[in-house]
Amino acid sequence: MTLSADEAARFAALLEEHQESLVTTWTEHVASTLRGRLSHAELQRQNSELRRGFRQALAGSAQDLAGEPAAELRAQLAELSATRARQGFTATETAVSIFSFKDAVLTTIDAASGGDAIALRDYVAFSSFVDEAALFTFDSYVRVREELIADQAEQLLELSTPVVKLWEGVVAVPLVGTLDSARAQVVMERLLQTLVDTGSPYAIIDITGVPAVDTQVAQHVLKTVVAARLMGADCIISGIRPQIAQTIVALGIEFGDIATKASLADALRYVLAKAGQTKQKRREL
Amino acid sequence: MSEQGQRIEVATDQDVVRVRQLVRTLAVAVKLSLVDQTKLVTAASELARNTLVYGGGGSVEVAPVDNGRRKGIRIVFSDQGPGIADLDLAFTDGYTSGGGLGLGLSGARRLVDEFDIVTAVGEGTTITVTKWCR
Repeated sequence: MTLSADEAARFAALLEEHQESLVTTWTEHVASTLRGRLSHAELQRQNSELRRGFRQALAGSAQDLAGEPAAELRAQLAELSATRARQGFTATETAVSIFSFKDAVLTTIDAASGGDAIALRDYVAFSSFVDEAALFTFDSYVRVREELIADQAEQLLELSTPVVKLWEGVVAVPLVGTLDSARAQVVMERLLQTLVDTGSPYAIIDITGVPAVDTQVAQHVLKTVVAARLMGADCIISGIRPQIAQTIVALGIEFGDIATKASLADALRYVLAKAGQTKQKRREL
Repeated sequence: MSEQGQRIEVATDQDVVRVRQLVRTLAVAVKLSLVDQTKLVTAASELARNTLVYGGGGSVEVAPVDNGRRKGIRIVFSDQGPGIADLDLAFTDGYTSGGGLGLGLSGARRLVDEFDIVTAVGEGTTITVTKWCR
């Protein structure tokens, strides 16, 4: 049901005439659903701006929320949802903030007209307009939350793949969690770049934090090792726990001549011994 | 099957991770040993990824089972993909029609106690695996 021009005009007048009582009633409704997580003054300010937005849209004889006269109201609603989403309110709490505008308007109409038939019809039309507005908030809310989640996933990708320098000439990549293609790519790039930057001849890939080593993970690790070798670095895989070792054997994955160790400490000891040998040889020559 | 069976639709890489987590949770609940847990989770990961990559997506059902003597976990992977034309070739170590290592299907069979595959060209593939507590 869309608003007719008459209805819109009557409501615009109503929203103007009773603005103070409307905003007050509305704010009380919203405050009770949010249980004090936003200050009363803050809500009062938001609601009074929204009321102005609604009035403006209706005065511009908006028939529904999609039209041009309601553009500013849409922007306000999107802004409100974005703020609420970031502050950690639920989608319901956000939408109810708009829905409760209807309660406030109903209270005001009751007081003003004593409930005659025209007022009632007007109210039904107006009510569907507010519903649309609330659904719009819901949509915006979900969109903002999805953006937040995507951002966090990206941050997590950055966080979870550090390349650390363990010793002079030894860098290590402690892998934690699921190693999918995107992360494997990040790990490889970081490792190869660090090898260049530090001039390290040894790299240790530690998979202690990877819960399951399947063929995909193995393939990613093997590719990284081969790439590091092409650059002249020696790669050691560490963190092979007993259950992982048995699984790798059953799967039939071959690590070939790549050195593997049970723990990061073993790998470091192995690398240091190897580096020591090389130094000694050089001294003897 | 048991009343506690759970089903996951596999359509993205994230779903494969969810399958793995669900299998691990249930495997811990029926008290599989750590090695068997890891083997089953790895097999589930391989087969769920096959469902996604080669079957074009499908569903995975995980349920605890009890044959009176032992408890275990049964997992059913099904898709409506192209099916497998040559099973012997598909089970050959090192053979892959994609870009993998060619060990997933054959390796998964070695990781579980019971392995059953039903496939027909053009009609999809259903794989049922079971791992029992020792």
